[in-house]
Amino acid sequence: MSDQIKGFPLPSSLKVVPGTEAAQAAFPYYTQFHDGDDDRFWFYNSMHFPEPMHHFDMITAEAAYCALGSFNTRVHVLPTTKGIDHRIINGRVYIGGVAVTDPAEIEARVGEFQQRAFYYYEHWEELYDKWKDKMRALIADAQALPRPFLPDLEPIETTHTGKGVAANHALIDTYRKTLEGYFRMWHHHFEFLLLGYGAYLTFFDFCKKAFPEISDQAISRMVAGMEAEIFRPDEEVKRLARRAVELGVDAHFTENMDIEKVLAELDTVGNSGKEWLAELETSRNPWFNVNVGDGFYHYHRSWNDDLSMPFAALPGYISKVKNGINIERPMAKLIEEREQLVEDYRELLDTDEDRATYDQLITLAHRVFPYVEGHKFYCEHWYTNLFFNKIREFGDLLWRHGFFPEPKDVFHLTHYELESAIVDLMLSWSSGSDPIGPRVWPAKVAERKAANEAWADHVVPPALGVVPDVIDDPAIVMLWGITRESLDVWLSVDEGAPSNELKGFAACQGVVEGPARVVKSVEEIKRLQQGDILVCQVTNPTWAPIFQKISAAVSDIGGSMSHMAIVAREYGLPAVVGTGSATQRIKDGQRIRVDGGRGIVTILEDQPVLEEA
Amino acid sequence: MSATDAIGWFADLRIGDRPTVGGKGASLGELTHAGIDVPPGFVVTTAAFEQFLKALEERSPVRALIEPLDENDLDAVTAVSRTLRKRVEEEALPPEVEQAIIDAHARLGATTVAVRSSATTEDAEDASFAGLQDTFLWVLDAQDTVHRVRECWGSLYSVESITYRRKHGLPEDGVAMAVVVQTMVDARTAGVMFTRSPTTGDKSVITIEGAWGLGSAVVSGEVTPDRWVIGKITGEISVRDISDKHIRQVPAPGGGIVDEALESEMRTQPCLSDDELQTLRGVGRKIERHYGRPQDIEWAMDKAGKLLLLQSRPETVWSARDAKPVTGTEANPLKHVMTIFGGRKG
Repeated sequence: MSDQIKGFPLPSSLKVVPGTEAAQAAFPYYTQFHDGDDDRFWFYNSMHFPEPMHHFDMITAEAAYCALGSFNTRVHVLPTTKGIDHRIINGRVYIGGVAVTDPAEIEARVGEFQQRAFYYYEHWEELYDKWKDKMRALIADAQALPRPFLPDLEPIETTHTGKGVAANHALIDTYRKTLEGYFRMWHHHFEFLLLGYGAYLTFFDFCKKAFPEISDQAISRMVAGMEAEIFRPDEEVKRLARRAVELGVDAHFTENMDIEKVLAELDTVGNSGKEWLAELETSRNPWFNVNVGDGFYHYHRSWNDDLSMPFAALPGYISKVKNGINIERPMAKLIEEREQLVEDYRELLDTDEDRATYDQLITLAHRVFPYVEGHKFYCEHWYTNLFFNKIREFGDLLWRHGFFPEPKDVFHLTHYELESAIVDLMLSWSSGSDPIGPRVWPAKVAERKAANEAWADHVVPPALGVVPDVIDDPAIVMLWGITRESLDVWLSVDEGAPSNELKGFAACQGVVEGPARVVKSVEEIKRLQQGDILVCQVTNPTWAPIFQKISAAVSDIGGSMSHMAIVAREYGLPAVVGTGSATQRIKDGQRIRVDGGRGIVTILEDQPVLEEA
Repeated sequence: MSATDAIGWFADLRIGDRPTVGGKGASLGELTHAGIDVPPGFVVTTAAFEQFLKALEERSPVRALIEPLDENDLDAVTAVSRTLRKRVEEEALPPEVEQAIIDAHARLGATTVAVRSSATTEDAEDASFAGLQDTFLWVLDAQDTVHRVRECWGSLYSVESITYRRKHGLPEDGVAMAVVVQTMVDARTAGVMFTRSPTTGDKSVITIEGAWGLGSAVVSGEVTPDRWVIGKITGEISVRDISDKHIRQVPAPGGGIVDEALESEMRTQPCLSDDELQTLRGVGRKIERHYGRPQDIEWAMDKAGKLLLLQSRPETVWSARDAKPVTGTEANPLKHVMTIFGGRKG
């Protein structure tokens, strides 16, 4: 680091993009930067929120930070850190940690933490079983919520049963329950998460001390579980491929098929077609409740809402099944490999003391990690899909009453504004006059759409404010991987690496060259050709079905312990994750080189392609 | 092998034979025994040297000339060195020693050999001493081999060697030299391999350095080698530094080696493929397991892509520092998590 003082812009120096002032002002007051924020350090949460936020989607930030902070600050009582504050500017979420620095306070919190967190570690399996029960109940509650609907007149049953409550009341009831469930889900999400990551990181930290040059990837391979729910959707696609062959309906599945047409055909080709459709229904509920992103944006649609992803994989899997190739995950072999890895590293340790500590730490990591891997299916995927789809139903209802040009415009309202629009509709249904909303929202929606587009083109500083000497907030290090070193890299980003090179986490080794296919949404998946290199924002196991088709994967977001990295390794697919800006810097069709062992992506452009060594 | 044999074949040698065949010779024997491919060969033992030295001493004193020398009196050391090297290289060998070398050379059946000093003293692990010993590459015939063996012996009486021994007060009685004679590998690529990190001491990685042609260019530092760091257990290649290798060393037609300038394209191409790196890793792990400690290895890959080991010795720098626990022990495993959650520094 040079002696020259370098820093990030102060929050007060940031300008709202001209023309988007009203859209910026519409974010809740507690998310606006205010006096005093210049004295703190903030960073852009590009990991969870890589794109400008629709106003409604901001609820994910506040629900998550309400829960994360509560568990850190007041439930588990982490000694050196409290929660996360967040602010929004130009549609981007900046976050700042709240560190505990007073030694006496830390000391007092250590005592509390050991009473509380140690209880969780000691009763982990039992509490995690309870957790799954709580989540299933919460999901059942959300599924039971009625579709918002306003009849012209109340059904006669309302009178005959003496119900005493009219249909418009169900709107506010359903809406508030929808929000309540979402906030509650995030509490469940953080009940175990930091403790789980903490145990993992304790092992990680020990490995880095014992083996200073060990890759993150090697450590995560030692810890990674094999049975997490999040791997199941891909397994279901494989099952459907196998069933298609068994039932003799495999010829219906071709590259670039029209999914609706295929489903209609199968319904008419006799029992075997119907049987396959029944199998599809079994897989869909619940396993296709996975979205193609991390669940933080309403437009990260689930497989159930858009079957492109699983169907893109079917022809490839079917041809493998027909050629007698085993497509099942070799579980026993994967587990054996993991055990061997743990044993081989153990053998390299020098002392009995180290071996004793190593055994303690890997045992703890293996106990807690199923939660870290498993929770995402329930929280970020299944529940989040139900939540956004319920909001979509409100969007549909309001659109029918003229509130928006399109149903999905509902996501341009904050959750407070949406409640006001719902009340507006309830009032108008009640009074028999027209709602006011149709005269208000179309203009605001247009304004916010334009703002979102302007924000997307706006350069975002990776951090704001005073650079701290050290980042020792375990929550920030754990969840965002941000350290003093990574800040130095951000500060020198314009000077260092060659402009045709991107650095990320080495997720799975191997060097591959090929044409880049920049895929920004699930609709574009069908553009992928055999041998393409997938370049996308977020990759997670829900992309696994297309791994058979591509030669390498590059993502903007993700760490070496992400599921994506684990799945890539199982497929032997060279991958670099967490490059920050691959989808922006790499142009569709460019030739690129992916070095998954070093975490480097090189844009080759017109350079000739090297023959395989 | 008997302590009085003039010749020891690699297949018959173990690490315990070091006093008579030197470190290099014993190591090659041990590697052969462990099933590692080394270029076949034999060692001209210290017994052969002792026999020759006895014959020399009978004619006129050798060791007695050295012991009274003052290491700071360069003129005197130089004069003695010149005299003794000339005698070692030119005076008649005991016929049975000469015949033993010629017979062994014939039995080896190699067209060309490498002749390398193999010192017996513990100090030979000290790089400063090891560097004083000679190696002759691409030696063409039996007569030349005998001559090079004598040159290796003669290197014991170089100005640097004598000065080194006088400075460290090493007794002349214990000074002996074994010489390795082995089939010469006309290497496509060669280099060195450490089965731990030279920079951090990490035992979970293997560092490989290599360049085109003979390994002498890498060992002597005449070429900046390509460098890779590979996970010992996982095989991940985490560092690939491909350098500009402006020359390679190749066999000279009349014996010995010669520098050859490289064309631009070859200069910047990796001298090993990923598969070859993995083969090296496998062999490095096998040798390390055999010895039970990290190794410093010289290797060569022949034109057909076959990997051969030229030398393996224990890594000494980091090994001396080992055995301190990474972190304090805890009866309650949960206490370890405080290194992450704060309130205690690990």
